Amino acid sequence: MKWVYVGAIVAATMACDYLQSSAGKAHAEGRERTLFGQWRVGLSIAFMTLSFFSFTQLLAIAELSFAVPATAMTIPAETFMARYVLKENVTGRRWAGAWLVAVGVTLIAF
Amino acid sequence: MTSPQPSIPRQGRLWLLTVFVIVANVVGNLALSWGMKHPLALRFTDVPWIDGLFSPWVLLGVLLLALWTASRIQLLSWADLSFVLPVTSVGYVLNAVLGYWVYGEQISAARWAGTGLILLGSALTGFTPPKDKSV
Repeated sequence: MKWVYVGAIVAATMACDYLQSSAGKAHAEGRERTLFGQWRVGLSIAFMTLSFFSFTQLLAIAELSFAVPATAMTIPAETFMARYVLKENVTGRRWAGAWLVAVGVTLIAF
Repeated sequence: MTSPQPSIPRQGRLWLLTVFVIVANVVGNLALSWGMKHPLALRFTDVPWIDGLFSPWVLLGVLLLALWTASRIQLLSWADLSFVLPVTSVGYVLNAVLGYWVYGEQISAARWAGTGLILLGSALTGFTPPKDKSV
């Protein structure tokens, strides 16, 4: 069950950051007049709440030494999203960092 | 006419806020973890996980994590992401240390190694340019 919560945290955080990033870019490019008045920001807060709620439920059933490092799984997941969804440039060093985190999260399961 | 000097030097202010960000995160997680694992006997609803959210430890954790979010945004306005990410990733290790020390959690060698790799990986991710438009 704890991996279900980790998955929910990662998915909700990715959705939240995607929406906030899109909102920031839309505002910067002049497609949206306001930053905080956008529907994307409102929806991102809903995902942030879902992520936080999942985190509290994870803490209820998992050790602190597992729960907190496990949330770092958002780093490799968001690196993939940044590269393939947001089309950002991801350097080799950033990929290496993301892979180290992914291996680290795998190790904390043991 | 010179502008008034801040009461704490600029570099000092930066480090003070950095320490606050790390402490708020670590203590917030600690309080939240304790509150979620030790629910109150009082019942406000028929749903245990909703009742758990009314524990004072959970509320303290929520308050500290809200302060952590706000202070991290402030820190990001003072310093580069490449500074903030690696420095604050120390929190992963501190949470594991506190889990071991305060809650007596059994942490395997693999989990220590994994936590170390997460620290290293976040630091490596942080030491990259925050923005690159070359694509």
